[in-house]
Amino acid sequence: MKRVISFAILGLAAAAMSFAQINVTGAGATFPYPMYSKWFDEYHKANPNIQINYQSIGSGGGIKQVTEGTVDFGASDGPMSDDNIKEFHDKRGTNILHFPTVLGADVPTYNIPGVTAELNFTQDALAGIFLGKVTKWNDPAITGPNPGVKLPSADIIVVHRSDASGTTFIWTDYLSKISPEWLMKAGRGPAVSWPVGLGGKGNEGVSGQIKQTLNSIGYVELIYARQTKMTYGKVRNKSGAFIKAELASVSAAAAGVTMPDDFRVSITDSPAKTAYPVTSFTWLLVPEEIKDKQKAKVITDFLKWMLGPGQKMTEALDFAQLPAPVVAKELKAVAKVH
Amino acid sequence: MEVSAGRSLGHRLHAGDAVAYSITMVAAGSILLVTVLLVYYLWVGSEITRHKFGFGFITSQVWDPVAEQYGALPFIFGTVATAGLALLISVPLGVGAAIFLAELAPRRLSSSMTFLIELLAAVPSVIYGLLGIFLLIPALQSYVVPALKAVFGWLPIFAGPFYGVSIFSAGIVLSIMTVPFIVSVSREVLLVVPTDQREASLSLGATTWETTWKVVLPYARRGIYGSIFLALARALGETMAVTMVIGNTPKLQSSLLAPGHTIAAAIASEFAEATSDTYLQALTELGLVLFALTIILNGLAQLLILTTGSRVKA
Repeated sequence: MKRVISFAILGLAAAAMSFAQINVTGAGATFPYPMYSKWFDEYHKANPNIQINYQSIGSGGGIKQVTEGTVDFGASDGPMSDDNIKEFHDKRGTNILHFPTVLGADVPTYNIPGVTAELNFTQDALAGIFLGKVTKWNDPAITGPNPGVKLPSADIIVVHRSDASGTTFIWTDYLSKISPEWLMKAGRGPAVSWPVGLGGKGNEGVSGQIKQTLNSIGYVELIYARQTKMTYGKVRNKSGAFIKAELASVSAAAAGVTMPDDFRVSITDSPAKTAYPVTSFTWLLVPEEIKDKQKAKVITDFLKWMLGPGQKMTEALDFAQLPAPVVAKELKAVAKVH
Repeated sequence: MEVSAGRSLGHRLHAGDAVAYSITMVAAGSILLVTVLLVYYLWVGSEITRHKFGFGFITSQVWDPVAEQYGALPFIFGTVATAGLALLISVPLGVGAAIFLAELAPRRLSSSMTFLIELLAAVPSVIYGLLGIFLLIPALQSYVVPALKAVFGWLPIFAGPFYGVSIFSAGIVLSIMTVPFIVSVSREVLLVVPTDQREASLSLGATTWETTWKVVLPYARRGIYGSIFLALARALGETMAVTMVIGNTPKLQSSLLAPGHTIAAAIASEFAEATSDTYLQALTELGLVLFALTIILNGLAQLLILTTGSRVKA
């Protein structure tokens, strides 16, 4: 009898061991949150004992927390700076690796009375508008590439994000590449000193402001624009074609850029012929050496899954998937995590 | 026997006093401790920017996270302007409403109206922000501002184009949010003014209004001032509703119709993505500035009350 009981206890303990939950925690970027939460949920369904928790606290918070070691991995819409990487190395004694997960894009959206067409924007027009140098809608820089659209002689009101965000980073990174004057006056960053315009909080704040203000223009995430069925303009890319932001043209931007070994690359103003130019990766930030080997295995397994079956789930949520060469290169990099 | 029982009862009560004294003292002390810790954190957390910018942090108008140049003046201006505008509207409105509810209105009407007004204080601020965007700003745009510009357009504070989001809109939203504090507290203090004060005044031949204005209000003065301080604190620290309607533009502009920015709104919008140490510290120092600003404004208000109070007595 005693023996039976002790066997039963042993058996229970073994069962408990094999069903022990492994919890992995990450934090960071808000823009890919819908995708990440779908992935982590699906991954949990496939592997019931693995639970990946993700807090969408913003890219800055993600970098900060992974550097402090309070989360197992971070996530960011902009690559970490050299200073940030050095700080991580000093504090955690290992390197931080960047893994692109999906692609995002920013689109120009506007509210001009009587205009329902998808406007064409040249580099000069966009830079001019956001620098406050192109001030009227009927400026030749805007009317030139839009024959047949009647644009009013009204003042342009610029709307931008007031909260620091990855969306702003992509937009200002693009403007910095196409306009030396923008680079000098404002530069690139999640928040910049805007030469002109009003600030709205979040994509919804910007789009709300645009809807309420006649003759206004601003920029929002492509996903937000698609899901709320907003009209947005085409942007002329480096090879001279006016391209509408769509999943295919966004993915094409990534294919046109040579990928460095650390994956920290800006793909705005991509030279590819069919690329939409205001596009960026978003990254997971994973320490190269993870002390808890169980967690290290969970994270590497998840990364492989994300690059395989995970990529097939992106389009349903309006995210653009990674091009095949990038996936192949990342799979090699996953092997570094231990 | 009886004497000793009495003594032990007294003794026990005395012991109870000591316990109550220490418990309440710990309660008061812990609140003070939180405040001290808060200031300590803000002070230590802004060390780099305090050394780098010094007083220039308060006087500079540049807020450029890319170039790592930080100045708080536009935020200080926006915070003071919106809170000032809010109080300018909510003090007369709130005190007036409190007088009506406490002194003049029938009891039943008074209690139901008070309930509704106090309900306003429980509405989350994001709701006020939404109301501001979807109801207030369109109304301002089509009726109020054109009228204001027609009459006062020559004043610099009403000059320039109006985009809807502005210091003016934020001030009005804040005034709606602060009114319930003033009404609720002022009404309470008016209600506890002793009846014999009113009776004495009425028996000397004063009218109801004269009694209210010359006897009841001065008696309740301190409590009403207290309610205004509460409203001021709320207006200075409000974040969500303000950031939704102010336009979030850190520039100094003389017109109330221009967009602006406040300290609390800036901290809330930029903190999550602040990656560099200097940026983070600049935001922390903004918090320190807001703390100091609150103390200074409250001090000034106290001073104002002290001086006007003595004049009333004289």
